[in-house]
Amino acid sequence: MSNYHLDHLQHLETEAIHIMREVAGEFERPALLFSGGKDSICLLRLAEKAFRPSEFPMPLLNVDTGHHFPELNEFRDRRAKQLGAKLIVRTVEDAIAKGIAMPAPGEISRNRLQIPTLLAAIDEFRFDCCIGGARRDEEKARAKERFFSFRDSFGQWDPKNQRPEIWNLYNGRLNPGENMRVFPISNWTEMDVWEYIQREQLEVPSIYFSHQRLCVRRAGQWLPVNALQPPKPGEDVRELVVRVRTIGDIISTGCVESPATTTADIIAEIAAARVTERGSRADDKSSEAAMEDRKKAGYF
Amino acid sequence: MPLNTASPLPVDILRFNTCGSVDDGKSTLIGRLLYDSKSLMEDQIEALERSADITGGGQINLANLTDGLRAEREQGITIDVAYRYFATPRRKFIIADTPGHVQYTRNMVTGASLANLSIVLVDARLGVIEQSRRHTAIAALLRIPHLVVAVNKMDLVGWSEARFLEIRAQFEEFLPRLDIKDVKFIPMSALNGDNVVEASPHTPWYVGATLLGHLETVHIASDWNLNGFRLPVQWVNRPNNPTDPALHDFRGFSGQIAGGIVRVGQKIIAFPAGLTTTVKQIWTFDGPVQEAFCPQSVTLVLEHDIDISRGSMLVGLDAHLPGSHTDLQAEVCWMHSRPLQPGKKYFLKHTTHTVQVAITEIVSKLNLDTLESGAAPAELAMNDIGEIRLRAAKPLVFDGYATNRLTGSFILIEQGTNATVAAGMLRPPRENVKPENADYVI
Repeated sequence: MSNYHLDHLQHLETEAIHIMREVAGEFERPALLFSGGKDSICLLRLAEKAFRPSEFPMPLLNVDTGHHFPELNEFRDRRAKQLGAKLIVRTVEDAIAKGIAMPAPGEISRNRLQIPTLLAAIDEFRFDCCIGGARRDEEKARAKERFFSFRDSFGQWDPKNQRPEIWNLYNGRLNPGENMRVFPISNWTEMDVWEYIQREQLEVPSIYFSHQRLCVRRAGQWLPVNALQPPKPGEDVRELVVRVRTIGDIISTGCVESPATTTADIIAEIAAARVTERGSRADDKSSEAAMEDRKKAGYF
Repeated sequence: MPLNTASPLPVDILRFNTCGSVDDGKSTLIGRLLYDSKSLMEDQIEALERSADITGGGQINLANLTDGLRAEREQGITIDVAYRYFATPRRKFIIADTPGHVQYTRNMVTGASLANLSIVLVDARLGVIEQSRRHTAIAALLRIPHLVVAVNKMDLVGWSEARFLEIRAQFEEFLPRLDIKDVKFIPMSALNGDNVVEASPHTPWYVGATLLGHLETVHIASDWNLNGFRLPVQWVNRPNNPTDPALHDFRGFSGQIAGGIVRVGQKIIAFPAGLTTTVKQIWTFDGPVQEAFCPQSVTLVLEHDIDISRGSMLVGLDAHLPGSHTDLQAEVCWMHSRPLQPGKKYFLKHTTHTVQVAITEIVSKLNLDTLESGAAPAELAMNDIGEIRLRAAKPLVFDGYATNRLTGSFILIEQGTNATVAAGMLRPPRENVKPENADYVI
């Protein structure tokens, strides 16, 4: 075999860098959605590879649901500062106060409410493109989404009317009010993400690694105990050694019992895993088409 | 030294697509590959079991793994290209599952344009039908390097070797008219898993690899073009850093190498300026490198200050040169319900360069059943493939698609709606740029 050979991570990397640069070249006001989660951590490294030695030609944007793990927000702010990137945070709390997002009576989850919050931020800064860290292997609806995912002026995704994507030619043309979501790591799997984090020696928030946490058993999952979801009488509450596999809100993220303390441990654990990462997200379990419905409404 | 060779993993990526008509068992085949290669997780199997009562008559329906959207599950069809991923210790695989019904051409072109390999499914009972020929023709048109003909539902023809050979003969009748170098025939039952991952006890007469065995070993290292350096400039990298003198004057040209190899000190021509200079530095985030190759993403610093911006093309002087023309000829696959009409103007995106074009002529239309070009129609409708002539507002610097998939391809975008309406494959340029015509920057 010749030396002119790329392994799978190098292939995925060059594809993603190409897409990042297409965004910088084709859009006037792009933003990069950065939550501090493992997928968007990879996006930031890819942005460094795409744009250094220049500054990033786009700010970072995060929709803070108010139910984030504190470790996540601490990491988010620190990482943005390290990279000298501009970080814009818009909160669901604030969107509720302004009447942009309206909680239904008794609605605790902020999942639905982050949609109008994001759309309002897009309006406020007139972003024409948001880069996100979604992957096609996460979920069935994502499996059908393009790299360049066109959204109408309501932020809606129409799965039946997507632009064909051929070779590496992406059509980023928009009319006023329309928007693009771009997913450079569409082709990455959970394993690829962790292998990349290991190869690039990237720091991740501490909650991805094994730690002690008080958890409550609900619907077959261990959920973190906190003020938002105090245990009810009779519920099984235990102090466990856990880690999170995917980070959602603190009320919907299942913790998995794990002794993994390093990236290498996590890679070994995923290689042996018998459930998918979204299997630990209560928000996707609610119905078989949960993600399809949320994306159509403007979700990332 | 190529980039990042410090710790290469012993795996690469194979991209493939599956095509067949409705009921050929495409989704079942993908489900079987995922299931038998142990790529499915418990919650995915559970979800399958939950939906079994609705669509599978109580039995697990492997097709439900890929028919992702609710609309599709209700109608039992696949409405768009779906991507699936699995890995074995030898390779990672990206599957584009392209549906076989009405919009087959559009979907297949979308799913297969960058594939290393195409799987054409044939129902052993039906043999070669219209769609088998069409799918094979499209794979040939896109110049997908490898083809697998999966002769499925062999259990329903009593595992007859004679039937298998008959179908192979049907294919071999029209294959010579297509330019496909590597074709493999595999008898299988996707439903029962014969010759998908495990060798079948029912086909002692078949000594070849199982489908997965073939996918794991087919030679793909030379599928990328390493001949003739091409770098379409995506983005000009100018830090404008007032405090760091090293960065103050840094001016790099970022892009993904679309062909060939570039080395420090190499002579290149920058188009459209047509000026020659040398490569001073190959900058990457992981440090400078001496050489880089297709499809790596790099940033080049050049010896001279030339007018270069997004859409420019940097070309090596040491191998064959591209053409630079405003009059173009190409095969196109039409992808929109509004037909292509001569005289109409579109945007054409080629590499990182978007120009206005007018369609000057429809030359012919390909008959996918006879694989012959027919007389020029008045228009090309959705899913038609035809030969057209176009005139661009500015010259395109390009290669023929047969020479380079990335510098020989384009899309057409409808003005106003911004819909992507066509995929185009350029015919070779009438003449190549002559290096002696290039002005040297001194």
